[in-house]
Amino acid sequence: MLCVAIPAGFLAVFFLYPVGSILVRGIGVGGLERLAGLPGRASFRGVVWFTLWQAVASTALAVLVAWPGAHLLARRRFRGRAVLRAAATVPFVLPTVVVGGAFLALFERIGLSDGPLRLTRTVGAILAAHVFFNVAIVLRTVGTFWEGLDSRPEEQARVLGATPWQAFRWVTLPRLWPAVAAAASIVFLFCFTSFGVILILGGPTRATLETEVWRHAVFRGDLASATALAVVQLVAVTAMVVVANRMQRRRAVGQRPVRRVLPRAGGRLLAGNLGLLALVLGLPIAVLVERSLASGRGADAAWSMRNYAALADRVDLLPISALGALRNSLLFAVVATGLAVLVGGLASVVVVHGRRTTSRLFDLGLMLPLGASAVTVGFGMLIALDEPPLDLRSSRWLVPVAHALIGVPFVMRTVVPTLRSIDHRLREAAAVLGASPARVRRDVDLPIAARALAVGGAFSFAVSLGEFGATSFLPRHPDRLTAPLALFRLLGTPGEALRGQAMALAVVLMVLTAASVLAIEGWGRRGAVRGDL
Amino acid sequence: MATTAVPSPVEEGPPTGPVTLITHDSFWVSEGTLEAFTAETGIEVVLQTAGDTGQMVSAAILTTGDPLGDVMFGVDNTFLQRALDAGLFETYESPALAGVPTSLQLDPTNRVTPIDFGDVCLNYWIDRFDVDDPAPSTLADLVDPAYADQLVVQNPETSSPGLAFLLATIAEYGDGWEDYWAALRDNGVVVTAGWEDAYWGEFVSGGGSRPIVVSYASSPPAEVIYADPPVDTPPTGVVTDTCFRQVEFAGILAGTDHRAAAELLVDFLLSPTFQEDIPLNMFMFPALASAALPQAFVDFVRLADDPYMLEPAEIEANRNAWTERWTEIVLR
Repeated sequence: MLCVAIPAGFLAVFFLYPVGSILVRGIGVGGLERLAGLPGRASFRGVVWFTLWQAVASTALAVLVAWPGAHLLARRRFRGRAVLRAAATVPFVLPTVVVGGAFLALFERIGLSDGPLRLTRTVGAILAAHVFFNVAIVLRTVGTFWEGLDSRPEEQARVLGATPWQAFRWVTLPRLWPAVAAAASIVFLFCFTSFGVILILGGPTRATLETEVWRHAVFRGDLASATALAVVQLVAVTAMVVVANRMQRRRAVGQRPVRRVLPRAGGRLLAGNLGLLALVLGLPIAVLVERSLASGRGADAAWSMRNYAALADRVDLLPISALGALRNSLLFAVVATGLAVLVGGLASVVVVHGRRTTSRLFDLGLMLPLGASAVTVGFGMLIALDEPPLDLRSSRWLVPVAHALIGVPFVMRTVVPTLRSIDHRLREAAAVLGASPARVRRDVDLPIAARALAVGGAFSFAVSLGEFGATSFLPRHPDRLTAPLALFRLLGTPGEALRGQAMALAVVLMVLTAASVLAIEGWGRRGAVRGDL
Repeated sequence: MATTAVPSPVEEGPPTGPVTLITHDSFWVSEGTLEAFTAETGIEVVLQTAGDTGQMVSAAILTTGDPLGDVMFGVDNTFLQRALDAGLFETYESPALAGVPTSLQLDPTNRVTPIDFGDVCLNYWIDRFDVDDPAPSTLADLVDPAYADQLVVQNPETSSPGLAFLLATIAEYGDGWEDYWAALRDNGVVVTAGWEDAYWGEFVSGGGSRPIVVSYASSPPAEVIYADPPVDTPPTGVVTDTCFRQVEFAGILAGTDHRAAAELLVDFLLSPTFQEDIPLNMFMFPALASAALPQAFVDFVRLADDPYMLEPAEIEANRNAWTERWTEIVLR
């Protein structure tokens, strides 16, 4: 019962009711009339087309770039494996304004800011940034699942004469498919609702449904048009999630956890597989680190730790020091992750073992917040959660709740494929030996799912640390500034010291993320070891 | 059956709090400033920030009649008419208005009270210009081929200073603004989405290549105060004849339960204590004419005597049409 009630209640109160309220309000001021008029407008069709194709292209590229790394993480042992895994999650927390700046500086330095290979203010820049942000999702979701996949069928296929490609194509890929579909659906939703990357890197002529919703709702005060666009966005996202979920269900195959020693990866193999990843992730991050260590301009430029030392002191512009903002962010992230793991974990059990209709509804409903615009959710909460017993709009807990809404899909997309793939013979054996269904869940499912739960939890943590959009819409006391908001404020005023501090804050945020991911997953791994058979 | 009591229009007894002040993200005051108000009146101030100015005003309009707080600070003249049309505010004529120049008092019926102002102006990188190759001094100069590929502006559909600069050109050229922008486009203007990517991305100060940017009259003092390493004079200058004046207002939100306390808070926002605290925290200028300015503002800012301004009603009536036209001319 609680398995169903908690996720259902969470989704209903914090997503469906607020979003429903704002849509109803918008329809009341003429949203439906605007909606009817949209398809006839060429500019609208252009926006929809661009939103769609850039998301598809970004997703495909992210999968391609992550693939070799995912394989390596799953099938080879090498020094720094855990660190690589954690480091790949780092881009997640970086505010787009910072990443945008890093990319532009990078293009300038490697000669891509002008001429025939110009990337500055092009779709190419958008795609590159989307790959940078999202490669970790594929790397981790697919990598973790792959690692748990029994490799004996491939070995048998090879013994029977299959080429490595044939073994991969006909034996590995079909079994990997659920994880690929899960990762791709998340990446797609992220890119479909991308905001800062489009505005900063795409140049002023490019618009997506997300930027258009924001522009109409906030800058033009045109709630009717914003609502019409938000409806289109939600319908598109729903359709997409339905299709992706179907793919994940159809391809699910049984797997049994196996303990085996992975072969060690050679240096050349490592370099070959990780080179692309290092390039995509490493270069922009290197630019940030360099900037955080630089102080002064031109001839006065020098390396120093000044920007880092400054993080402890409050500047006049901010209510608290940058370190104080980091502390707030950590606190919010802990609460948000706890919520996301609880809600997402229970929901995953319902999706895999629950009744068919409930299962499908959960699988769809809890993904939607990832594809809804921050404007819709933020404003929805503001007008819906204003009366007891839900008078929460000024509550400090609304921020972690909003973060958890985005974290839940991550937990589910890592846990569901794993739960589904647990060999049913294992569960049957336990039942035959006299275990109750609850006992089977605790002693069989939980240990195997623990690692996936930790990966999902680590992602929620990172998402919460870096969240900007929804947070900026929720009213809060100035003292409860989060690190990304503080960073944005530091970059909002001229002065080299402020920018230096912003860059240092970004780097600290990255290190903190990597450390948290390592810690959370380390915990998940220990949980998983107990369950090994 | 009890009937709903009609609330008394006048509060009895001394004003009570706490009073909630809704502000935008850029609001901050020194420690002790709001506490001074509490010490004086016994009323506690609760602060709530709600995004940038556009987000704050949109949120307030969505919650009209059931406001998130009692007083809102930070609505500016580009959003003012929208807020007034939505009936966000209750009329209040603060006695402190006597010390505020009438040029800043844009609502004759006093639904809002001017608290501070800031000028959006062209800034330039001083080292890139000299006597033979002077910095521009008017809007007209920018279409001169001598300044080709030197200017970066923000998109008025996504940026507040971007909109202010468009309004400056409309105030200057009237119907001729479209031709002016077509000429700017021909002269190689670059457009960014927001102030951050213009100043830190394209402008020389952030490592970019363009020496002229749309920013604020208060940017040069910030370049000195937050310089690293310290400098004696700012590396940037302001083209004083290109400024559009942004005025920020406070208003008592309709539906407040603490009307008397809200009035006292608005008075306090115009007191010297608060007014003199504005510049270094928010990089805006106090509305109170007698408020003393910090040294960096005295040394490095020369405010325009006659900045560009447009009536809030005219801005609201035309802004969507103007920005759409602008998009066609400059971006398509």
